[in-house]
Amino acid sequence: MKNSKVTRVNRWGYIFLIPFFLTYVIFQVIPLCSTIYNSLFENYRSGLKQIGPNFVGFANFAKLLGTIDVWNYFENTLFMWIGGFIPQIVVSLLLAYWFSDPSLRLKFQQFFKTVIYMPNLIMASAFAMLFFTLFADQGPINSILISMGILKEPFKFFASVTASRVIVMFMNFLMWFGNTTILLLAGMLGIDSALYEAAEVDGATSSQVFFRITLPILRPILLYVLVTSLIGGLQMYDVPQILTNGKGDPAKSTLTVIMYLNQHLTSKNFGMGGALSVIMFFITGVLSIVIFNLNKRKD
Amino acid sequence: MEENRKVSKGIPVRTRRVISYIVLIFFTLLCLIWFYILLINSTRSHAEMTKGFTPIPSTHLIDNWMNLVHGTLPIFNGFINSFIVAGGAAVLASYFSAMTAYAIHAYEFKGKAAASAFILAVMMVPTQVTALGFIKLINRMKLDDTLIPLIVPAIAAPITYFYLKQYMEANLPMSLVEAARIDGANEFRTFNSIVLPIMRPAMSVQLIFAFVGSWNNYFTPALILHTDVKKTLPVLIAQLRGADWLRFDMGQIYIMIAASIFPVVIVYLIMSKFIVGGISSGAVKG
Repeated sequence: MKNSKVTRVNRWGYIFLIPFFLTYVIFQVIPLCSTIYNSLFENYRSGLKQIGPNFVGFANFAKLLGTIDVWNYFENTLFMWIGGFIPQIVVSLLLAYWFSDPSLRLKFQQFFKTVIYMPNLIMASAFAMLFFTLFADQGPINSILISMGILKEPFKFFASVTASRVIVMFMNFLMWFGNTTILLLAGMLGIDSALYEAAEVDGATSSQVFFRITLPILRPILLYVLVTSLIGGLQMYDVPQILTNGKGDPAKSTLTVIMYLNQHLTSKNFGMGGALSVIMFFITGVLSIVIFNLNKRKD
Repeated sequence: MEENRKVSKGIPVRTRRVISYIVLIFFTLLCLIWFYILLINSTRSHAEMTKGFTPIPSTHLIDNWMNLVHGTLPIFNGFINSFIVAGGAAVLASYFSAMTAYAIHAYEFKGKAAASAFILAVMMVPTQVTALGFIKLINRMKLDDTLIPLIVPAIAAPITYFYLKQYMEANLPMSLVEAARIDGANEFRTFNSIVLPIMRPAMSVQLIFAFVGSWNNYFTPALILHTDVKKTLPVLIAQLRGADWLRFDMGQIYIMIAASIFPVVIVYLIMSKFIVGGISSGAVKG
């Protein structure tokens, strides 16, 4: 009697899961299957003529990976991700270490955390538009640099490969270092203070404590930050898309993989777009498994 | 001996404190200076800006805004559309994620472990990789160029679910639910009238995160929305970038960026205590 009531109550578990799974299947699983299906067909527009859809097997993949373009765009994406990630992790580790160091007793911590996290919530496309106007040939940055006597004439930031890429890297850094600081800080505050006290008794310097105690204990969280950042980095789109008006100028040096995917989607080249999507799905899938195992270990 | 140990301990605490304050102030300024320039330039006219940058605000804030609203871009519609999409998506994401979390947290049923593992596994799958199929589906459903495909999919929000489930595990005693059952309340009513109020602090943080995420989203809306009056703010900003922007009134460009950014900044500053605490609560247990 009691047993049957318990099962009846537990039936609600299924009912409450319906909205999530129904929505997920319709808007994610079906599109995923359709994307994979489309990747096996030749299907694009050439001028006014529609080519396909013709079944071509894995020819789209061969064609895609056979050109140098896609490899260049992967390289651009990873290069700009690394350029933002390295300063991000260094600065975040330093700030989180200071925030968590009881001997420093830093004041205004809430204020600093609030400010450094703020760029993460800013609309990336608006932020990129802002940087585009600020660094424009006649923009305020050039105006300030000239009035300070650093430059004689406006520097064309968006005509220089290095400057364009550095601006993208810098924006990625600015948007994410606050978030990473707060994640690392939570990890550092979780470290048993007895370890620090023991180190102090042994006369360890603060840099010894940092490298010998804090860093090794933080390793799982650092790995989590690294992999989630890499997944996010591979999706890099809004900032370079707006900065360069979708072109990835100069000379396609800031064109990312997702910008390339977007070009295929807007030009309705569904075969190539599909193939690129499937490749990205597998890469992020493998990285997700790493995260999944990390999360499971924490539980 | 005692002296020696002091020396070997490296830089004294006071010096380290001064260094850390200097570095922190540097990064604070590095975060804020862009918004300061944005704010200043929003108040200056195009003519004033062509003469170069000054750090002092001018008097053209209202003029710039009026010029923008009466200009070629349907900025007012953009605001309304962005509010509908972000508001709708945020409400759906937090309500249904709480429901999903409750299903996994409160019930025992066959396949529960698999369901929970599935949601965790798909958490990191980016929407871009299914975008192609998504557009085709939306076309077939005749929902192209509408706001619906930007709102309804938010019902399945694995990351929101993940945070809410963490919170539920720590803050929802099952004894409370049992008590409601004894009182004869049905499960749906128990969820709405007992579980949701307890979840309110976590849900409001997730509501903000979902709102901001949707408000800022550019990739999907740019593929779905084609008519100017239906576009959301990020799509309009991209359009501004695509236009022959050198001929544009710079005052309008700055005020439009400011208007897209500052609503989020203001909400964030009001709620920052909860938000900054909420970032790490789900990702790192400790």
